Amino acid sequence: MSEPLQEFHHALKIREDVCIGCTHCMKVCPTEAIRIRKGKAVLYANRCIDCGECFRACPVLAIIIEQDDFDKIFDYSVRIALVPSVFIGQFPKTITTEQIYSELLGLGFTHIYEVEHAAEILAARINSYIDENEDNKPVISSFCPAIVRLIQVKFPALVENIMHLKAPLDIAALYNRKKFLEEGFKDEEIGIFYITPCAAKIAAVKSPVGTEKSDVTGVINMNTLYNKVYSAIKQSTKDTCPVPTRRFLSPQNIMWTLTRGESDTAKGRSIAVDGVHNVIEFLEKLENEDLPHFDFLEMRACDESCAGGALISGNRFLTVRRLHLRAEAAARKIVRGEDYEDEILLEKEYLLQNIGVEKVKPRSIVKLDDDMSKAMAKMKKVHELMRHLPQTDCGICGSPRCSTLAEDVAQGRATITQCTFVQKILEKRNIFSKEESHQIIESIWGTDKLDKKWLVDL
Amino acid sequence: MDFKYTIEGGDFSRAGHASSDVKKLLKQLNIDNQLIKRIVVALYEAEVNIVAHAKNGVIDVSILPDQVFIKLTDQGPGIKDINLAMQEGYSTASQKVREMGFGAGMGLPNMKKNADKLNIESTPGVGTTVELTTFIQ
Repeated sequence: MSEPLQEFHHALKIREDVCIGCTHCMKVCPTEAIRIRKGKAVLYANRCIDCGECFRACPVLAIIIEQDDFDKIFDYSVRIALVPSVFIGQFPKTITTEQIYSELLGLGFTHIYEVEHAAEILAARINSYIDENEDNKPVISSFCPAIVRLIQVKFPALVENIMHLKAPLDIAALYNRKKFLEEGFKDEEIGIFYITPCAAKIAAVKSPVGTEKSDVTGVINMNTLYNKVYSAIKQSTKDTCPVPTRRFLSPQNIMWTLTRGESDTAKGRSIAVDGVHNVIEFLEKLENEDLPHFDFLEMRACDESCAGGALISGNRFLTVRRLHLRAEAAARKIVRGEDYEDEILLEKEYLLQNIGVEKVKPRSIVKLDDDMSKAMAKMKKVHELMRHLPQTDCGICGSPRCSTLAEDVAQGRATITQCTFVQKILEKRNIFSKEESHQIIESIWGTDKLDKKWLVDL
Repeated sequence: MDFKYTIEGGDFSRAGHASSDVKKLLKQLNIDNQLIKRIVVALYEAEVNIVAHAKNGVIDVSILPDQVFIKLTDQGPGIKDINLAMQEGYSTASQKVREMGFGAGMGLPNMKKNADKLNIESTPGVGTTVELTTFIQ
């Protein structure tokens, strides 16, 4: 019934040399994927959904989002930057889109393509897909890879509801690859680089769910590129610069990556939920059937969706506002008859034929064992242990909560004596020596935190 | 394994906490997702009934190797005619409440549909006991 555990690619990495062994990341992780061992945070790869909450919480920047080396773009003769609209939205109004595009070309890209052009293709399919899937209502958007992974690990009963359609990023990559192949370039000459606002999109490119291989060649973090472009603009001494033509993007497509971007497009009853903890609360209700009927759910892990991505440098609300203003300007263009269809629509038929992805498989992290009787025995142990634990969720044991320690013990990944309260009780009863407690604390927190010589003078 | 939950009548913000907790336990036991769904939907319906109608109640959950047995005992108005209440569409809700989208008379039928065995005993003016049994193997 269950799949063997595979290693999943995670863009989030903990830099052991920088980590100070606090508990910030461990406490905010929505899937309890982090523990502290030997004074450093460690990640359980099968539990991590790449939401980026730990990245935001880390006080010393020890958590990084691994990207491709920027110079990798020069391995290709066609160097396409797939840019989401939130990238432009972060810059102050005083900087024009033309300036930004111009600097992107200056950095070495040969083509710039806004990802949201591909939303046009998805929008053409989404409503018929919802109609065809009456048995799996509400249809849950596949847009946010962190949400897809969240459902796989925490809500395995809901995987059937996930829409089996590509996200705009994958459609945009497919389109660009086809276009340049037809122009006569070889596959290995075409480099498609996605400028990502978050870790989850990287993980989705590197180990895609429901499809074999991504058409995206590499991923560059949005904050890296933001800094490069902003510096280049500030330091520019050029009199002239190449100004690429900026293609018309409809108001609907401009707003696609923001909250309600998709749900406003879906016919019928739809709702949008953003923020990973809000999504978890909502999915709990969905499982209880404690919700009115919905045809479509848009769910995004970040507050304010992609405008709140972990790699967004600008303020999320200002970014949303700028995109609203851009959408309003686009709407005025439509009124004036200055809008036009993007070239991507010439390939609409081909892209719609290739828009499907395979079903998403569940990989529950909640189950205590595949075998129910073993799971039952472990559950008994967890509840037995919980009676002895202090319920303080202090994290000194190296697990985020008392309940997680109990589960870790039942799974053989930890011992109950990691609990500092349990140590005190055992010491008082002369079962445990102070040295033994000390050794355990050192195994969790390392030696540095216990080596404060000045304390002797107090 | 046995679990016990106490339910406060009228506290709608807490309604569903027992169902959510039981759901978590069943997920930990790697019970089939469709079975979990049936158990939780029936339990949720019964839990909300206590919140909506009774003064208070207790939910006893026994997870056995072959079945999940849930007993909900409340102190409340009771059900006058259980057979009538089991009929789809039968409701004691006023027209006004129905217009608000509640009281469609699907509560008990929905429980019956989702549980393998449903047993209801009630004394008007005293309270109701609902027993939900679902076989898991």
